[in-house]
Amino acid sequence: MSDRADVTGFSCPLPRLDYDTVQMAHGAGGRLSQDLFEKLILPRFASPELAPREDGALLDLPPGRVAFSTDTFVVTPLFFPGGDIGKLAVCGTVNDVAMMGALPRALSVAFVLEEGWPLADFHRVLCSMEATAQQAGVRIVTGDTKVVGRGQCDGIYINTSGLGVVPEGRRLGVARIAAGDAVLVSGPVGDHGTAILTARAGLSVQTELASDCATLNGLVEALLACGADVKALRDPTRGGLAAVLNEFAAGARVGITLEDGAVPVRATVAGVCEMLGLDPLHAACEGRLVAVVSGADADHGLAALRAHALGSEAAVIGRVVPAHPGVVALRTGLGVERVLDMPLGEQLPRIC
Amino acid sequence: MKFLAEYRDPELARALVAQLQRAVTRPWTVMEICGGQTHSILRHGIDQVLPPGLELVHGPGCPVCVTPLETIDRAVAIAGLPGVILASFGDMLRVPGSRGSLLEARSRGADVRMVYSPLEALALARANPDHDVVFLAVGFETTAPGNAMAVAAAVDQGLRNYSQIVSHVLVPPAMAAILDSPGCRVNAFLAAGHVCTVTGWRPYEAVAARHGVPIVATGFEPVDILDGLVQAVTLLESGDARVVNRYERAVRPDGNPAAQAMVDRMYRVCDRKWRGIGTIPQSGLALRPEFAAWDAERKFAVADITPAEPAECIAGLVLQGLAKPADCPAFGRACTPQTPLGATMVSSEGACAAWFRYGRKVPQ
Repeated sequence: MSDRADVTGFSCPLPRLDYDTVQMAHGAGGRLSQDLFEKLILPRFASPELAPREDGALLDLPPGRVAFSTDTFVVTPLFFPGGDIGKLAVCGTVNDVAMMGALPRALSVAFVLEEGWPLADFHRVLCSMEATAQQAGVRIVTGDTKVVGRGQCDGIYINTSGLGVVPEGRRLGVARIAAGDAVLVSGPVGDHGTAILTARAGLSVQTELASDCATLNGLVEALLACGADVKALRDPTRGGLAAVLNEFAAGARVGITLEDGAVPVRATVAGVCEMLGLDPLHAACEGRLVAVVSGADADHGLAALRAHALGSEAAVIGRVVPAHPGVVALRTGLGVERVLDMPLGEQLPRIC
Repeated sequence: MKFLAEYRDPELARALVAQLQRAVTRPWTVMEICGGQTHSILRHGIDQVLPPGLELVHGPGCPVCVTPLETIDRAVAIAGLPGVILASFGDMLRVPGSRGSLLEARSRGADVRMVYSPLEALALARANPDHDVVFLAVGFETTAPGNAMAVAAAVDQGLRNYSQIVSHVLVPPAMAAILDSPGCRVNAFLAAGHVCTVTGWRPYEAVAARHGVPIVATGFEPVDILDGLVQAVTLLESGDARVVNRYERAVRPDGNPAAQAMVDRMYRVCDRKWRGIGTIPQSGLALRPEFAAWDAERKFAVADITPAEPAECIAGLVLQGLAKPADCPAFGRACTPQTPLGATMVSSEGACAAWFRYGRKVPQ
C-alpha cells in the first residue's frame, strides 16, 4: 500500500497552490498561512461558525448538559485500508462524545504539519475529515495549523476536541453498572489494530482486512431509542476490549465474566494475532462500542444494535456478576476461568 | 481460520481431557519445551484440567529468555556506536541487560529498529549505505534458516554494511542437559512442533534412547497439546521411550532439508551460554569463520562487558523446570512485565510472563 496520495478520480480536486509541499511559512501566520487556510482548509470545513474567521467559534447549543472530549491522533501509516488519520481524528472524538450519551455537535481541529509533507496528502486528509464529519452530522467550527521542521513529526498530527449535548433524562455512567447486567459488543473486535499492523511497512502479510473506523453516534442513538436500560457505553480503542472491561469492573466494583467463544473476532484477525503472538482482546477498535445493558433488556438491546448497519454483527459476550469485584474472568473453551488482565503497554510481536 | 478453530474445538478438547484422565495411573512429570506451548497451556487453562498426578513443567524454549546477558549488553553497546542501526525482533528489544534494554538505549538516542523479518534488516542496510546495520539474530532452529538466508544474501550481494550478532540455540542439547542435571524430575517431553518442522524428529531419537524418555513432537493449540499429553502418558504408562510425531500436519521425519542446508552453509555448531542455565556444549550456532566480515562481534570491538544478573531472579531454575514462577519471591512484586528482573518475565513466551498474565486464579 502506498501512503502517497492518489487524487485521481477523487471527489474534491486539489486546488491550485504555489507549493506542492508544506513550507515553514504555511504556519507563520502570513500570506502562505492565509493561502493554505482559504484554498485548502476552509472549502472543506465550510460552516457558519468558521466563516466569520474570528479567534474562536460562537455556538448556540440546545439545553442539556454539555459533554466535552479531546484526543490527539498519531498513526503510521497515515493512510490505511478502511481509513486515514483524518477519518480517525473525526471518528475518535465523535465517538468519545457519543459514549457519554451526548449528541455530538461541534469539533475543533488542530494540525501539526511536517515541513516538506505533500499538500496533496493534506488535501486528501481534509476531504476525508469533511466526509466523515458530514456523515456524523457534526460541524468543524474552529481550528489551528502549525508547521514543524522536517523530521520533527511524521507528516501530520491532528488534535480534535468535541462538544455534544446530553438530552434530558439520559443517565449513563460506569457507576450504574450492577450485577445481573449484560455486556454487549457491537461487532468483531481488533479489526483496526490488526489492519494498521498489517499495513505497516515491513510486515508483508497481505489480508483483505480493513479498519472498522466509523462514527458511532447513529448506532448509540439507535440503541438508546429502543428503550433498553443502557447503563454504560465505551468504545474499545487503545487497549481493546480487555481494557474497557477492566475499567468497567474496577470503576463499578463488580466482576465481569466473559465467554471466550462469544466474543466476535474475524478469522483473519485471529490468524494474524496468533502469528504475531498478540491478543485480539487487546487490539484496538475504532468503530465498535461496548454496552452494559440491564440483564432483562439484553435481547432487546442486541436486536436494536443488529438492526443498525454498524451493529449487524453485535453479540452478548458476558455478564456482570457479584463475585470477584474488580476482576474480569474469561471462561475458556475448556470451561476454565482465568483472569483477563489490562494489556501491558505496547504489544510487541514475538520471535517465533 | 484453517488450522486454528479446529484445534480449539471445545468438545474435542474435553474428550481428550477425559482420555487423559483414564490414561494416568501413576504420577508423571512432563516438560513442554516451547514457550509458545507454555503460553497456550495457561491461556486456555489446560493446567487446571489435568488429572491429579500429572504435572507440567515449563521448559527453556523461549529464545529471548535464554539469550545470555552479555549478548544483550554487547548489542546495547554496539547500538550506542555512531553510525550503527541495530535491528531485532519485537520482544528482544525489551529484555533487560545489565545496562538497560535496547528500547532504553533507543530512548537515550541509539538507532534501534524493530523488524518482523531478518530480510527487513537487509533492506535497511541497502537503504542506508552510510550506516552499519547490525541484526541481533536470536532464536532456536525455527528462526535460524531465515537469519542464515539473510546473511547469505548479504554475502552473495557483497553487502558489507550488514552484520549479525548470532546467538542461536539448539533444542536437543538443552534437553540432554536438563536430563543430566541433578534433581531433574522430567519423565517425558512435548517437543516443539515448529522446531521439528525444520529439523525433523530424528535428532530426538538419540536423546530418547540414551535417557529413556518418551518425546512427542507436539503443536501449539489446546487440542494439539492435550493430544500430545495423551500420547506422552500412554508411552510412559507402557514404558515405551520412543519419539512420536503428533504434529503430522507440519513435521516430516527429516524436516526441511533446504532450510537445514542454508543453516549449515552459514553457521557452525558451537558451545553456547544459556541465560540463567550456564554453558551447554554444542548447543548453539555461530557464523562460520569465513564470514567473519559479517560477524558483528568481530567487526565492532566493544570492551567492558561485565554482565550483572539481578540476584533475586530464579529464571534459570524456571527454565530448567526446577521451579515454578510463583516460587520466586520477586514474582508479581519486584518483578512484573513492566519492571522485569529476568527475561522470562518479558517475552510472551516466557514462563513468568505467561504465569503473570494468565496464571492468576479468579477469586471465588
